[in-house]
Amino acid sequence: MMDTLNEPKTFPVTALEAFAAFAVQEQAPWLRKIRGEASLKAAELGLPTIKDEEWKFTNVAPLSQLTLEPAEKSSPDLAPEDIARFSFGLDCHRLVFVDGRFSAKLSVLPKAGSDLQVGSLAGFIKSNSPEVAKHLAAHACFGTNFFTALNTAFFQDGAFVSIAAGKTADKPIHLLFVGASEQPGATSFPRTLILAGKGAELKIIESHVSLADATRVTSAVTELVLEPNARVEHCKIQQDSERAFHVATVQAVLAKDGRWVSHSIALGSRIARNQVQALFDAEGGEAVLNGLYLGHGDQLIDHHTVVDHAKPHCESHEFYHGILDGRAHGVFNGKIFVRQDAQKTNAKQTNRNLLLSDNAVIDTKPQLEIYADDVKCTHGAAIGQLSEEAVFYLRARGIGEALARRMLIQAFASGVVGRIGIEAVRAELEQMLVKRFEPAGE
Amino acid sequence: MINIRSGQNTERDMLDIRNLCAGVNGAPILKNLNLQVKAGEVHAIMGPNGSGKSTLAQVLAGRSDYEVTGGSVDFNGADLLEMKPEDRARAGVFLAFQYPVEIPGVNSTSFLKAALNECRKARGEEELDAMEFLSMVKQKTKLLELDQSLLTRSVNEGFSGGEKKRNEIFQMAVLEPKLAILDETDSGLDIDALRVVAGGVNKLRRPDNATLVITHYQRLLNYIVPDVVHVLAHGHIVKSGGKELAMELEERGYDWILETVASNGKP
Repeated sequence: MMDTLNEPKTFPVTALEAFAAFAVQEQAPWLRKIRGEASLKAAELGLPTIKDEEWKFTNVAPLSQLTLEPAEKSSPDLAPEDIARFSFGLDCHRLVFVDGRFSAKLSVLPKAGSDLQVGSLAGFIKSNSPEVAKHLAAHACFGTNFFTALNTAFFQDGAFVSIAAGKTADKPIHLLFVGASEQPGATSFPRTLILAGKGAELKIIESHVSLADATRVTSAVTELVLEPNARVEHCKIQQDSERAFHVATVQAVLAKDGRWVSHSIALGSRIARNQVQALFDAEGGEAVLNGLYLGHGDQLIDHHTVVDHAKPHCESHEFYHGILDGRAHGVFNGKIFVRQDAQKTNAKQTNRNLLLSDNAVIDTKPQLEIYADDVKCTHGAAIGQLSEEAVFYLRARGIGEALARRMLIQAFASGVVGRIGIEAVRAELEQMLVKRFEPAGE
Repeated sequence: MINIRSGQNTERDMLDIRNLCAGVNGAPILKNLNLQVKAGEVHAIMGPNGSGKSTLAQVLAGRSDYEVTGGSVDFNGADLLEMKPEDRARAGVFLAFQYPVEIPGVNSTSFLKAALNECRKARGEEELDAMEFLSMVKQKTKLLELDQSLLTRSVNEGFSGGEKKRNEIFQMAVLEPKLAILDETDSGLDIDALRVVAGGVNKLRRPDNATLVITHYQRLLNYIVPDVVHVLAHGHIVKSGGKELAMELEERGYDWILETVASNGKP
């Protein structure tokens, strides 16, 4: 602990003050206070190092070599056709953010009404939304996480989605974060708050894409609040450039009988770290955490999940698949807390990995902390290669070896993608997987 | 009448195995095996456990776990042993697996469509579109009394033993191979399933294709009547005869043949 404190700060927060100017202006006092605290916290924590248990497999030191500056400063003007290919062909409400800033021109919003509010978070802050004041930064803890602190201190904009009690969103909501700046070190801090009222239902796609092959930095935070019996599906798809850094926290809080389905599909970035966290704040909740990470080249893709069974009678299912090729490095750390009160907890965690090359690496670690006695917790991790028996079976029917291997890799990935409840997204991801594993030149 | 030995017939053999030697991890299993099969014929290969029956099936299909150390296999004029497994399948060799593998996540229908179109391409035929494929599949499922809903599932995943075997013959019906090798297709089948599977195989018999039925028991041969029965022991064919040989084996077991062979030296 002392070590961390005494180390020189490799990531000077003062250098980030430039971001403050881009953060929301005319801030409400409550937000100014939180930002001040978060900024101090970020300075205190400093950039994590591999000496930190939570970061021992993921070295973010290369970040300190970049000169970070707000991506907005070098953001080009985009036309709808520039981003058309990221739409999933989906009939939806779409909020588009370019280099962290909301673009009204590129977005398609629902008609203003009280049932479903969708829009720029900065806008809702300016209009003094009481819901935002109540929930923003109240759930994703920045006290222990440098990147969450940084985001909280400096976020410029992001999405706000709120659905009223008893309502079901008429269409899925697509939050599209586009990295367009080609400036090395261009940085954005997208911030999203999603509120689902009592018994409400909502499907959200949060996708992160890059237009340029630039060394961008994204540090995103998404908070989801599920009131009693709310049902939310959240599908995060990360396809940043393979030179980018992507760090994200997704934190959901579930009230009684809430049901949260999370998908984290990580395809891009040179270094990606996803924290997917669920807190059961009342009985009867259910959380499903699906994940798929595909790494090749020199990519490092890290998922840290935390499921906090703070209350009894809740269920969690984690299902993460990784496919690693080249010199890619995957990390899966699955933490499950079962608090003393949380009797009759049912927690299940599976992490399976397919290593396609001798140089690919996976570090997988279940971490169960159980303080209740009447619970059911299972976990399993598997690392393997393709089944040669299955490859032979397909070949014996006339399917060429390369295609046979591809079919099996896709099948492995489909195990996760197939769980996505939004048909168009599922179909497009399947297509993406086909392309990803196609040999060059075919 | 069909001649057992090829020398007496001017018609060319579809499959001509000469002095085939193969093993696994340096241990020899097949030792100078000879076998000739003509188009239109059904040959049964019987033999005690461990005699090399399944090895023969796997070697013919191209499984790389087995090492071929000698001999030759000619299939319609081509050197089969030089071909990759997929090329053998495209040339018309089909192995109905003894233990069909479950492949989670690979849809049965798309798998079969991909396989069929590869085989059709190799035969110089047009690929089938989705509609043509489905109507053909529907027809063939009837032949095997196969529940069509199985085709919406992953390949063999969660299939019962009988469903797996039926699915193998169904695939054979779709792919229409020249040479079908049935590796213990009867094992694990109840009598009704056996009748259905055998009925399917019989309906698929044509003058231009051949079937190699590998089995431990005579039972299957009541339904798929062979032209020739071979006894495989110690890695080679020790005796060949008509279908009555199978009856004799059923009655007397394998020991008497092994003893006869031992006393006579090489067959």
